[in-house]
Amino acid sequence: MTPTLLLVQVLNGLQFGLILFLIAAGLTLVFGVMDFINLAHGVQYMVGAYLAAAFAAWTGSFWLALGLALPTALVVGLLLEILVFRHLYDRDHLDQVLATFGVILFLNQGVKFLWGAAPLNVPMPDLLSGSIPLPGGLLYPTYRIAIIAAGLGVAGLLYVLVHHTRIGMLVRAGASNAPMVSALGVDIRRLFMGVFGFGAMLAGFAGAMVAPILSVEPGMGDNILILAFVVIVIGGIGSIRGAFLAALLIGLVDTVGRTLAPTLLRLFLDPSVASQTGRAVAPMLIYILMAAVLFFRPSGLFPVRR
Amino acid sequence: MSGGADFAAAAAAGRPVPSRLGRLGVPALLFTLLALAPLLAMAGAEGYLLSLLSRVMIFAIAAIALDLILGYGGLVSFGHAAFLGIGAYAVGILSSHGIEDAFVQLAVALGASGLFALATGAISLRTKGVYFIMITLAFGQMLFFLATSLASYGGDDGLTLASKSLIFGRKLIEGDRAFYYAVFACLLVTYILGRSIVASRFGRVLRGSRDNPVRMEAIGFHPFRYQLAAYGISGMLTGLAGFLLANQAEFVSPAYMTWQRSGELIFMVILGGLGSLHGALLGAAAFLLLEEYLAGVTEHWKMIFGPLLIVVVLFARGGIMGILGGRGRRD
Repeated sequence: MTPTLLLVQVLNGLQFGLILFLIAAGLTLVFGVMDFINLAHGVQYMVGAYLAAAFAAWTGSFWLALGLALPTALVVGLLLEILVFRHLYDRDHLDQVLATFGVILFLNQGVKFLWGAAPLNVPMPDLLSGSIPLPGGLLYPTYRIAIIAAGLGVAGLLYVLVHHTRIGMLVRAGASNAPMVSALGVDIRRLFMGVFGFGAMLAGFAGAMVAPILSVEPGMGDNILILAFVVIVIGGIGSIRGAFLAALLIGLVDTVGRTLAPTLLRLFLDPSVASQTGRAVAPMLIYILMAAVLFFRPSGLFPVRR
Repeated sequence: MSGGADFAAAAAAGRPVPSRLGRLGVPALLFTLLALAPLLAMAGAEGYLLSLLSRVMIFAIAAIALDLILGYGGLVSFGHAAFLGIGAYAVGILSSHGIEDAFVQLAVALGASGLFALATGAISLRTKGVYFIMITLAFGQMLFFLATSLASYGGDDGLTLASKSLIFGRKLIEGDRAFYYAVFACLLVTYILGRSIVASRFGRVLRGSRDNPVRMEAIGFHPFRYQLAAYGISGMLTGLAGFLLANQAEFVSPAYMTWQRSGELIFMVILGGLGSLHGALLGAAAFLLLEEYLAGVTEHWKMIFGPLLIVVVLFARGGIMGILGGRGRRD
């Protein structure tokens, strides 16, 4: 493997990691503040992608579609909160897992009902459709760089929001002791609702961003949801910083591991065995990583102090 | 005959009986109905009914196995579909190498799922609550991806069996009715085993560890060992269900162990009513029959099924057993 190829893989890993972070950020806040397992967070990513696709087809502009998809994703998130999730906050995790599993079934089938089972494509905006030369002569798509930039931008914004504003202070306080925050006169229900809607919008944003490079299809949120859970569990539930670092770690390990694992194994095994074992081991790497982290630190790398 | 065995099992439990209907009547009725079902099925579309009911009973075995740790141990395993997969792949892999004897396949299925349960359980049980849910999910996903990468055994596409497993080298469970009764026997054994585990001292320690691990430790028990043993037993029984599932479909694929399947298993247990064993049987039946019915009504049956799931969680606490007036979900 050449250094340039490795650079491409690292960039891909960063891009994947930042998308994971956008999804995991909402998930970890909802989880940390409300102690609520939301399996339906992945379908909010899917809904974001479908909304972007639908609005892009309607308006003909990616930027308009993105601008319309975000508030609509927010509304969908708030609607789900009002209809289903708020009735589950004081239930145990098992009930939450099941009810939100029901939401997944409904919405996965719902998008199939509205837009059909065939994958949709979203055209890439002209402004970002070019590519950027990398040292070593390879070209890298501008759009993926834009995703990395947008992801880093949102991460910075979230950092300021959570650590340097009054709302962020309440969110952090809610994550470490919700009853106390409530006793001090804060309307915790409204705070919950706000956090929930915001998380849904971030996931929707991630979905809209990847719509031009992935096919938009029913169930696209299911596997990424599991990865987002791996991220927040490794990072420590409720910790934005943990989610950020774990998302990058998972993104890099998963992407780079897929190319590096067979190469590394070739040092010890004969090539055909190595490539087959490598292909088998690579998708399992992140789960092995997660099991190892939980074995040594049962509440993640950056546990929120309670 | 099944009814008698059931009464015996329940009587052997020797525990206070909260509701005669819930404790004795329902299981006896269920097993009698299942034993007689093939006779009734002869009137109609026999092959279809028998294969549907066999499927119900196979998932009932898995649901009962899950109920053992979920209902009685309070351990929310979100990766139980992995054991279905291990059981199924034991059949698939061995038979692709020409080993088609049911007893060899079953021994490998049970051994492999037991070992996997002990190894992953030893790590998972170090964590609590949400982290336990997530780490079992992670182990389930690991096996799922391992199965998709087994290129020599079909990878993503899975592999087709040459025939059902052979018993003493003969095709004894090839026919629909023979297979039905084989599954029925496995279900009955699973249920009686589950009943006796729950009624035993081991079962009481397990429930104690669910309710208050600190107090259990204070009176001299080590919850971890009991939970690990229960996890192992549950894994093996689910492996048995996987063995049967592969035999019914004569096909094995990674689709048996998606995380959604693990979610469905949990739903079956909750739907029937947590912690009653025959509730899990009822839940599996209700789930699969409803799925079958709705799928016949509309292509978009999941749009009905999803909200139904939410409604059950929000309003029908205690599941079917709760509605029947049997034991609630928190005994």
